[in-house]
Amino acid sequence: MSMILIWLLITVACYGAVIGTAALMTFAERKVSAAMQYRYGPNRVGPFGLLQPLADGVKFIFKEEVIPAGANPWIFKLAPILTALPAMLAIAVIPFTGVIGTFEGTEVLGSIANPEIGILYVLAVTGVGVYGAILGGWASNSKYSLLGGLRASAQMVSYELSLILAVLAVVATTGSLNLHEIVAGQSGWFGWNVFSQPLAFVLFLVCSYAETNRHPFDFAECEPELVGGFHTEYSSMKFAMFFIGEYTAMVVMACLTTTLFFGGYLVPFWADAPWWMGLIAFGAKTSFFLLLFIWVRWTLPRFRYDQLMHLGWKVLFPLALINIFVTGLVISFGPGAN
Amino acid sequence: MDLRKQQIAFYTALLFGALAAMGWGLKTAGIQGAMFGFFASFTLGGGLMCIWERSVVRSAFSLMATFCGVAGLFILLGHDFLAMAQILIYVGGILVLILFGVMLTPPDLNERQLPRVGLGVVAVVGALAFVGAKVAAVVNWAQAETLPPAETKAEQIGAAFLRADGYVIAFELAAVLLTVALVAAVYIARRKPSDLIDLTEEGGY
Amino acid sequence: MLTNYAPVLILLGIAVAFAAGNLIISDLLGRKRLNSEKATAYECGMDAVGSARIRLSIHFYLVAVLFILFDVEAIFLILWATNAKAFAAAGVGSFVFMEITAFVAVLAVALAYVWRKGGLTWDR
Repeated sequence: MSMILIWLLITVACYGAVIGTAALMTFAERKVSAAMQYRYGPNRVGPFGLLQPLADGVKFIFKEEVIPAGANPWIFKLAPILTALPAMLAIAVIPFTGVIGTFEGTEVLGSIANPEIGILYVLAVTGVGVYGAILGGWASNSKYSLLGGLRASAQMVSYELSLILAVLAVVATTGSLNLHEIVAGQSGWFGWNVFSQPLAFVLFLVCSYAETNRHPFDFAECEPELVGGFHTEYSSMKFAMFFIGEYTAMVVMACLTTTLFFGGYLVPFWADAPWWMGLIAFGAKTSFFLLLFIWVRWTLPRFRYDQLMHLGWKVLFPLALINIFVTGLVISFGPGAN
Repeated sequence: MDLRKQQIAFYTALLFGALAAMGWGLKTAGIQGAMFGFFASFTLGGGLMCIWERSVVRSAFSLMATFCGVAGLFILLGHDFLAMAQILIYVGGILVLILFGVMLTPPDLNERQLPRVGLGVVAVVGALAFVGAKVAAVVNWAQAETLPPAETKAEQIGAAFLRADGYVIAFELAAVLLTVALVAAVYIARRKPSDLIDLTEEGGY
Repeated sequence: MLTNYAPVLILLGIAVAFAAGNLIISDLLGRKRLNSEKATAYECGMDAVGSARIRLSIHFYLVAVLFILFDVEAIFLILWATNAKAFAAAGVGSFVFMEITAFVAVLAVALAYVWRKGGLTWDR
């Protein structure tokens, strides 16, 4: 019984942390973009405007929700949930820190669950996020929505391939699908996978931006062409749910980048750091990639859709294949091979 | 019965069926049994929705429940790799393909209005009876308890595929099969340029 | 094994409760003054022309097919990737690598074919 209590505790803590970070990201996005444009940004609600996400949430709850005529009401209502759920479920295997302690003979780890096939779980679950876009676009009975949804979904499946292949290279160097083992395999001097797999890191980073529909790949909602993309017709909390999903996906992707390429919760030059130090290290590394999301948004111009498909299929995908090939070559014939 | 009442009746029946399955599982096999009932009712309920729903897109989408249910059953059987492969390929890929395929067909604005309840009931009962008879004839129920737990890891599957005394030929043939499918898809997609022009004139995208 | 996934189930419960709960609360508390003008699809202030359920380009379909095929390829490659080090240590690394190379090469030919046929070009 008490093991269930521990599970519940860790689950609620991890979930709360990620959702809280996602909410803070909506605030950080506006604050950082304001700083980059010599504006103040939100600064009225609470100290430095920190309570802005809360105020937004309350406002969203009390807004009127409009379901367009001719829409398919149930699928229309389901689509935001389908966007948010996969991103939230992906939290389950992220290793926030190492071993916290032992309880009744079993080790309590800094992740909600620790299945053998951890990274495969993340890839599978985030892949389901496509449906929010397709169905949201289709159910709205609006041309902008449909086009935005189709574009977003085609983009997501295209880039997911290169994402999987980039992760594969890391899996091959570690020899495990378990995220805790992938982290443990990165200890030591220049042990981080980013040093042994720089190309995979770049591929992963680019694809994670496309997967989360972030700038410069935000065709799901490119305002000049498609108004709001697949959430053009959405309002009130349903609209907000799309954004909770997007920001949660961003946090998850930043966590994954840290875990796969930057040593996760390992503290540099401190091999046997306590678990809370690992948590801090993980948070610091992840915050950098979260800031990078915003930084990129206000630095790069948006692609054109044919350029996006071109980049995904004709540049990233072959590069990912070549990367896997070279990785395999080194593992099979390089030092360490028998 | 009008359409709305039919829908309500169908989904109420589905809900009670699922609850009954979970309750029965809980009574016979504890938490695991309840989980089995949960996932099994997802699997079957998705299939039933697929033949019940009148809109093609909703029909196709209800398959998601089926695929997720099957993935859950795989996990219950102790085979998480298969479960994740199931989600990655079926939910993340094939269902997208089906939905795109449905959207490719001419829009079906009036949705299928046929009162297919009677026929549907006959089909479902018939299929259940047939499958049930087959299963009852084939399965030796007592055996299931004596089977070893099916904990197969990804490593073991990989070794079976790739070792020289394993299923190498099947593995390589899979690549050829995929290639054939790809060539066929491109052939269909690019068969007639006039198809594409036709779409533009209709205001298709 | 199953205990590995029990917390995932808890997470699923929490996530569903959060997502659905928020929508339901908003549904209950939000104001409702719907009229027929509000319910029309947004089309930059113009009345919508024709149906929104338009047929889509075959290109999207092709992308989905390509995705499935290479997704299956990726699953097979995952099986190899988890074992790559073990194979190398066991001394069968080169043999297995040849197998994988043949597997990927066949699919690379397929990719080259699609590329050549213009299936990857988003020209319209």
